[in-house]
Amino acid sequence: MLKRTAKLVATTFMAASLVVSITACSKGGATNTQPAAGGAQTLTLWTHNAGNKGELGAIQQVVDDYNASQTKYKVDLQAFPQDSYNQSVVAAAAAKKLPCILDIDQPNVANWAWAGYLAPITGMDDVLAKYLPSTVAKWNGKVYAYGYYDVALSWVTRKSILKKYGARIPTVDQPWTGDEFMALLKKIKDSGDFKYPADMATGWTGEWWPYGYSPQLQSFGGDLINRTDYKTADGILNGPAAVKWATWFAGMAKDGYMPKKSSADPAADFMNGKSALLWNGSWTAVPTRQKFGDDVVFAPPVDFGAGGKIGGGSWTWGYSTGCASPEGALDYLKFASADKYVALVSKDTNNIPTTDAAAAMVPGFEPGGKNDVFRQISKKYTMLRPETPGYPFIATTFTKAAQDILAGADPQATLDQAVKDIDDNQKSNNYFQQ
Amino acid sequence: MSVMDVSQPAARASKKGYSHKRNRRSTSVALAMLMPAAVLMITFLIIPIILTFGLAFTNARLISPVPARFVGFDNFVRLFSNDTFWKSLLNTVIFTIVIVPVQSGLALGLALLVNAKVRGTTFFRTVYFLPVVTSMVVVSMLWLFMYQPDGLINVMLSKIGIAGPDWLGDPRTALFAIIVLSIWQAVGFHMIIWLSGLQTIPGELYEASAIDGAGRWQQFVNVTWPGLRQTSIFILITITIAAFSLFTQVNIMTQGGPLDSTSTLVYMAVFTGFQQQQTGYAAAISLVFFALVLAVSLLQRYLTREKAAQR
Repeated sequence: MLKRTAKLVATTFMAASLVVSITACSKGGATNTQPAAGGAQTLTLWTHNAGNKGELGAIQQVVDDYNASQTKYKVDLQAFPQDSYNQSVVAAAAAKKLPCILDIDQPNVANWAWAGYLAPITGMDDVLAKYLPSTVAKWNGKVYAYGYYDVALSWVTRKSILKKYGARIPTVDQPWTGDEFMALLKKIKDSGDFKYPADMATGWTGEWWPYGYSPQLQSFGGDLINRTDYKTADGILNGPAAVKWATWFAGMAKDGYMPKKSSADPAADFMNGKSALLWNGSWTAVPTRQKFGDDVVFAPPVDFGAGGKIGGGSWTWGYSTGCASPEGALDYLKFASADKYVALVSKDTNNIPTTDAAAAMVPGFEPGGKNDVFRQISKKYTMLRPETPGYPFIATTFTKAAQDILAGADPQATLDQAVKDIDDNQKSNNYFQQ
Repeated sequence: MSVMDVSQPAARASKKGYSHKRNRRSTSVALAMLMPAAVLMITFLIIPIILTFGLAFTNARLISPVPARFVGFDNFVRLFSNDTFWKSLLNTVIFTIVIVPVQSGLALGLALLVNAKVRGTTFFRTVYFLPVVTSMVVVSMLWLFMYQPDGLINVMLSKIGIAGPDWLGDPRTALFAIIVLSIWQAVGFHMIIWLSGLQTIPGELYEASAIDGAGRWQQFVNVTWPGLRQTSIFILITITIAAFSLFTQVNIMTQGGPLDSTSTLVYMAVFTGFQQQQTGYAAAISLVFFALVLAVSLLQRYLTREKAAQR
């Protein structure tokens, strides 16, 4: 009898632990600032770039140059794979072992600044004034991180396609209007030449959804949250403009203008002639140019009424509150913000350099260069994802709502629920005030 | 039963005061041998479970400068008024109710087939067991491609004139699609368990029943099935628990969609706890899940014990 009870208890604990053990396994090791031999103070630097050869090499170059330039500090680079990077930082913060300098995905900056992981960057206003606004991450009026580059979304298509269906080639100053765009899609669809007129990469998951589709919501006149005080999303995410966006978004799939769930590689589908227009980032420039040469067009975001919009913000650099030598961290951040390093990192990642001077140094991004269009689009149309510590919750809630809407849920009811969830979360955190 | 039979003489012996010392020493040896497992169990099972009980009544968050505060039953009130929670619960229950009989039945059928005394059974055993040793993540990725609207399955269906649905994109077929792949992946494991049970049944019983004139079916009902009693209880409980904890397939293939049609309790707990950073709320979901698994396991133990007593 006893044995049987013990067995029963063991089996049930095993079962329950399947959930709990997931919670328990996210702790990892961490290191901190230590004084090194020879008098130089060691500053630990964390980056998400392990396995990403191009960018890691560029960052290593910056670190090496810094270490050679002075003797007071020694920066020690440690690279993590991107998938487990955020977890490592969160675990390190819980164990009070944050590195000195670290890179942060821009949408997380406000959340981590609020949580007390990040310290504000001071004394760099002159330098950062020359940066693209989307690469300077702020919260509560203070700068917490800056990035070397940004990426830009655009409608990728081909001149020959636009010519065939009688559409004009849009320019950065004159994007397509919503009506123009839908008329073009209809023409392409009626011709039956393509499996789908458009592809918006709906097969991707995670942060792509708010990054890729909330700008379209903003172009219709809605937004994720009221940005005046970040207290409520009511009337913004469930107002008439947002419902109009949701109806359009669901209709794109329902009417056969785009796949409800794109394949894992929508750029390959575009290059294989399955779709005529592709909503995608500047990272597709290299393969599409290789395939179509000068025929390829990178069109600015469609203006659905409130102006064209794209998301902004990529990986940015800042320093932590756990740093034993904030002066050293700031010294490194200042050194590393030079135009030549902006150019170096952007070149190795083929992303948009954040300063004009650096752009002139990166082939293709100089004024009039073939990649200049991305810099123009980024300058003109970028709208940052809401800079509130509640962003991770807003992002996942929006993702789920958009996925449900695409699957056929009622737009108004779904958005109302999303607004309620977001408002509850902002409120239960006392609106993230300090 | 067998456990009892062995322990009873020992108990009688100790009552007589026959070997108290030896008994105590063997107890300490047993405790020492239990230690490593016990330490691990306590650190990674018992303590997290106790923490979960505590966290479920607070507003703890994954990342926050504000310390967690006791909020009473707030998390549970929120949870029970959440539609996604009820859908996840329903999906979990449907998944379990379908998986348990179908998977164990199929596994038994396969075990009977590969237990037949014909050449080449080792080959089939290996083939049926292959998916089990393949990681569930890999299996999910493969089936993700096969389930695409123009994937392998629909291409094959179209050959016989059936227009297949968008398996994972349609709320009506998504859970079914995940059930099929889950059975395919795990059925080999339970086949092996059934097989080990089958091979403990003495061949004489079959010979004797054949002499008595029993047919194939009668042999199965009166010899095979009673001989598999212990095995069947083990399989029932392991499949039930595995089915309740459905997560990997959902996380990789559908992320709970479309329209929550594949969301499960474990998926919901992980999603709210990590992506949405609501540790306290996720702990409340885990607690409900814990209570559910505990209740079902107790019920199963009670039912299976009852039958044993009747025999």
